[in-house]
Amino acid sequence: MSGGRYQLIVVGAGPAGMAAAALAARRGLRTLILDENPGPGGQVYRAAETAGAGPEVLGPDHGRGRLLAEDLRSSGADYLPGAAVWRLGKTGDLATPDRLEVGFTVSGRARLIRAPHVLIATGALERPMPIPGWTLPGVMTAGAAQTILKAEGMAFEGAVFAGLGPLLYLTAAQYVRAGVPPRAVLDCTPAVNRLRTFRHLSRAFDRMDALGKGQGWIRELKQAGVPIYRAVRSIEARGDSRLRSVTFAPRGRRRTIETAHLLLHQGVVPNTQLALAAGCAHRWDSEQLCWRPDLGDWFQSSIPGIRIAGDGGGIEGAEAAEHQGRLAGLAVLVDLGLISEGERDTLGGAHLRAVAAERRFRPFLETLFRPADSFRIPADPDTVVCRCEEVTAGEVRRCVRLGCQGPNQLKAFCRAGMGPCQGRLCSLTVSEIIAAERGTLVPRVGFLRPRPPVKPVSLGELAALDGPEDD
Amino acid sequence: MLRRIVKGGMAAVPSVTFTFEGQAVTVPAGTTVAAALLQEGVSAFRDTAVGNRPRGPYCMMGVCFDCLVEIDGRANRQACLTVARDGMTVRRQRGAALLDPGAEGGE
Repeated sequence: MSGGRYQLIVVGAGPAGMAAAALAARRGLRTLILDENPGPGGQVYRAAETAGAGPEVLGPDHGRGRLLAEDLRSSGADYLPGAAVWRLGKTGDLATPDRLEVGFTVSGRARLIRAPHVLIATGALERPMPIPGWTLPGVMTAGAAQTILKAEGMAFEGAVFAGLGPLLYLTAAQYVRAGVPPRAVLDCTPAVNRLRTFRHLSRAFDRMDALGKGQGWIRELKQAGVPIYRAVRSIEARGDSRLRSVTFAPRGRRRTIETAHLLLHQGVVPNTQLALAAGCAHRWDSEQLCWRPDLGDWFQSSIPGIRIAGDGGGIEGAEAAEHQGRLAGLAVLVDLGLISEGERDTLGGAHLRAVAAERRFRPFLETLFRPADSFRIPADPDTVVCRCEEVTAGEVRRCVRLGCQGPNQLKAFCRAGMGPCQGRLCSLTVSEIIAAERGTLVPRVGFLRPRPPVKPVSLGELAALDGPEDD
Repeated sequence: MLRRIVKGGMAAVPSVTFTFEGQAVTVPAGTTVAAALLQEGVSAFRDTAVGNRPRGPYCMMGVCFDCLVEIDGRANRQACLTVARDGMTVRRQRGAALLDPGAEGGE
């Protein structure tokens, strides 16, 4: 079959993926979009079509997701929900050297589909916040709480929110609107961060709308009588078979709050798992404190045919992700000879300007919401770092003292990063602990290299594979 | 406790019933297994494979693999990504999932 069934495969149906797939399909590209969730929207617009809570709780921004989902549904792109992508790479086939292969499982059936272009739009995940007791049932992320609110219309009663960043306050404010106010907010923003934002203030004034939103959330919490403890320096989750209380140290003496629900959040980082496993080059971003892929002006990764748009390419937020998705879609059209570079620049001009405006604002946010070292590199030796294999910070340090140089060696020392999550939740912590213990920089230590399959797939599913479907 | 905040309109949504450890759980269609169990007050979904410690959902977006349960005899299912269906049999996962050759190859 000439050219194969699909010209573009998009992985992820958040703002970047939905926008890219819809644009490509409307221009006549045979487009497939794969997503792990039951419906389109990604995490930011989770349950865009079926939200369990209304705009009076979620706020006006969530409605954007519904528009994007409608655009995707009517675009002609093939959309497959519930699809877990476990492989992306070259076909390894001499007859098709330029083609890429995507392996995924949907409804218990593993499939391989090939295409010349793949857009990774896997978005972000919450930065791990390894505090003592964070593995107790009842300790979750603020993002998890928001997911449950958006998708199911449910909220945890008497919850304590802890950490920093917009999502923490947004979710806490949404809880107030839902009539389930949090018991407290523990703000872990280091006091020094505010001083450091001075050099970025002029950029912040360009985005008074965003600053105003943040102030509005804090006002909603105060009006509801929710105590906000600032400059919290340490937090401990306590309990037996589940969370019973949270102990923390703001300025002054330690306090304890009884609660069954602690919701942690200290920003988001790119979900790089698929791009790393595919072999795309990444580098350490010392401002965002995470790995991000090396990308060209039109979102090309280091592997021909693979592009990365949205937060998976570096955290820039949902609005920027949508614009990036459209730009990446236009770039694919150029590669396939369907539009000229001139047409691309004309069609993409507004999107380029929007992305640039958002990029100017990010350094302010990154400086203000930079998590403290103590919340990224746990001092307490008994704090679990790798949740899957139950490896503690002390154990990682002991391995370094025994001669372990980096996270991939660490796997052989103590299995950190080898559980089912494949390091999604410990990779950053592990690299930062090793670097600190060795007295060197994170880029010299490197990252945990994920290996395909990046999502669990059973041997039975693999054995039933018929091979690639469309060559 | 997880509280449902949306009152109006819920009656219009059909409900589904599955079992968790033999107990019937009824939720509106479209609810994930993880949210359904949290609403029932279940906090620990499994015991860990290494230290045999209780764990429950952490990320609710398919990243952390802490919400693993056994669904219809198949181990290691992500409860947060699985929508509850009528008649499902869900069980707590205890320790390392045992390989059942029949379940793996016999489908």
